[in-house]
Amino acid sequence: MEARNPHDLVGEYRYGFADEDCSVFQTRRGLDEDVVRQISAIKGEPDWMLQFRLDALRMFRERPMPRWGNREILDGIDFDRIVYYVRPADRQGTTWEEVPQGIKDTFERLGIPEAERKFLAGVSAQYESEVVYHSIQDEIEKQGVVFLDMDSGLREHPDLVRRYFGTVIPPNDNKFASLNSAAWSGGTFLYVPKGVHVKIPLQAYFRINRRDMGQFERTLILADEGSSVHYIEGCTAPSYSTDSLHAAVVELIAMKGARIRYTTIQNWSRNVLNLVTKRAVAHEDATVEWVDGNLGSRLTMKYPAIHLVGPRARGEVLSIAFAGAGQHQDAGAKVIHAAPDTTSTITSKSISRDGGRASYRGLVKVHPDAHGAKVSVKCDALLLDEASRSDTYPTMEIACEDASIGHEATVSKVGDDQVFYLRSRGLTEEEATLTIVNGFIEPFVKELPMEYAVELNRLIRLEMSGSVG
Amino acid sequence: MSGEAAEGAAPILEVRDLWAGTGGKTILKGVDLVVRPGEVHAIMGRNGSGKSTLTHVLMGHPAYEVQGGEVRFLGRNLLEMDVTQRARAGLFLAFQYPVAVPGVPVSSFLRTALRSVKGRDVPAREFRRTLQAAFADLGIPDAFASRYLNDGFSGGEKKRLEVLQLRLLEPTLALLDETDSGLDIDALKTVSGGIARSIEAGVSVVLVTHYQRILQYVTPHVVHVFLDGRIVRTGGAELARELESRGYDWLDAPPGTAASGPAGA
Repeated sequence: MEARNPHDLVGEYRYGFADEDCSVFQTRRGLDEDVVRQISAIKGEPDWMLQFRLDALRMFRERPMPRWGNREILDGIDFDRIVYYVRPADRQGTTWEEVPQGIKDTFERLGIPEAERKFLAGVSAQYESEVVYHSIQDEIEKQGVVFLDMDSGLREHPDLVRRYFGTVIPPNDNKFASLNSAAWSGGTFLYVPKGVHVKIPLQAYFRINRRDMGQFERTLILADEGSSVHYIEGCTAPSYSTDSLHAAVVELIAMKGARIRYTTIQNWSRNVLNLVTKRAVAHEDATVEWVDGNLGSRLTMKYPAIHLVGPRARGEVLSIAFAGAGQHQDAGAKVIHAAPDTTSTITSKSISRDGGRASYRGLVKVHPDAHGAKVSVKCDALLLDEASRSDTYPTMEIACEDASIGHEATVSKVGDDQVFYLRSRGLTEEEATLTIVNGFIEPFVKELPMEYAVELNRLIRLEMSGSVG
Repeated sequence: MSGEAAEGAAPILEVRDLWAGTGGKTILKGVDLVVRPGEVHAIMGRNGSGKSTLTHVLMGHPAYEVQGGEVRFLGRNLLEMDVTQRARAGLFLAFQYPVAVPGVPVSSFLRTALRSVKGRDVPAREFRRTLQAAFADLGIPDAFASRYLNDGFSGGEKKRLEVLQLRLLEPTLALLDETDSGLDIDALKTVSGGIARSIEAGVSVVLVTHYQRILQYVTPHVVHVFLDGRIVRTGGAELARELESRGYDWLDAPPGTAASGPAGA
């Protein structure tokens, strides 16, 4: 094979196109008190939220950069260069006709309206800092389900938001949570009333268009007692030579007996720094599942967390990460068992190729009174070549003697023998490798709705093209 | 039980003075072997004599390097073909230790293999019917179709799946690497039955084994004794019986007769 960068071949990023910048307003570069006040004023926020933002800004400034993950890239972030708020349109549409043509065309290219027609109960589409399109099926709205962008949520449900906002992830949780708390815009507010089961998924789609842009969406999902919901998010951005920053905060609260599944298929372009904080609280008999697919980005640092605070609460984190040339996926999971008979399962799978680096970073903590807690952690890494890298940083803090803990970690290389076996059945080398990779992620893919499973397989095939010659 | 061998027909496989090894070590030291259409050859020998290496070299395993000699398959230079091309040209290897490919369901693997080897897609319904018949033929339960390829399979299950692939892919020449090892008598009968039906359907076979018992079910036309990297004796089915009663020791080559390097290499 010619010595070309594989990403110059067919495996290039398909969503890397950019629209002309037609934004109606943006703040100046950098973040200070004036910019924060400006964002809050544009949104007409109550004073408590402005104070929340200003406190968070102070925390962001005081807080040092994390000393783990990828220090080199983190230390290279120039926070003064970033534009923190970009308003792409004057108002939000509830039909696609109301969305400005250029932006609508983008979402058409990404297949969002089509997906909405086919299999979604509601859609939120965020472009830069604001949600430009939002819809929910009447039937679901009639059941009392609230599905809004976060800004509208704050306006229309101020008491609920004030009560829960920032309670799962406080603004001083980490530097990027502080940054988000100061500059947040957009995201989703979702409330599912007691006993309501939303049977088909709701989806949010996040698109960054501008270069040097920071997207700081903020999501709060509340599933009341005995309810259930499946929320899916997807993300893409154009390919630029300079980095864009995506620092979301996602808070989930599953009340007694509720169930939340949160699925992410992230496919950022290779210039996005994806530094996201995601955490859930699961009360008595509640279930929270994070299904997290990490493709793309230059650096992802993301560790979906679940705090099991009620007896018999269950948590599951199922993730895959694909690290190609020049990419570092530092992903993992965090589960705190703070009540008896709680159960957690962590399954993390990573694939590295072309010198990509995938790390699993995990923490499982069992409190002294979490009797009968069950923990199962499984991390599998698949290396496609010698130049690629996989690291595992598992931490277990078990303070309860009768907890049952299982931990397994494997690192495998796509073996000559596997490839030989498949080729001896007529597959080409490329087909054989892809078959092995698809088999490796099968436990993840089978948890996805069919349409997303097909899409993920397609993305993996694109990532893999040109990997062997 | 076996199909008619075509005496005097053009050979399917011609191996001439084949030398090969791995990691600087020479294992095959001048193998000669000619297989004609419909023939069943048994290659017998002790563990470690290089018989499995021969099947892997013929299939093109990248761990082995050919150091000398030539191999023609259906008139083409086999050594210039890659593994995929060999499979598509009609060569098949039933592995002694098939590897697991977790997450890949047996049925989708078989369909992909069938498509790859035959060069055309088999309609889903036709494929299901073919698969069900082949499963029944080899005493494999239907639930097998959704299990992951060789993942957690018993030795017997793996061997059945290898023979199932032999039946489905209908190669011109099948190399069977100790397909009889590790099987109880019932499994051996089932597996042998599958092999015999392939032979009846016209598949030529090179069967590598160190037991005589499979030869009760699959009658070879030619038996070769493999010792220290080459064939030291060739005979009919009676040679296998002789090996069974006398063992291999009487065939050991006198010291110093093994050549020191590939001829002409």
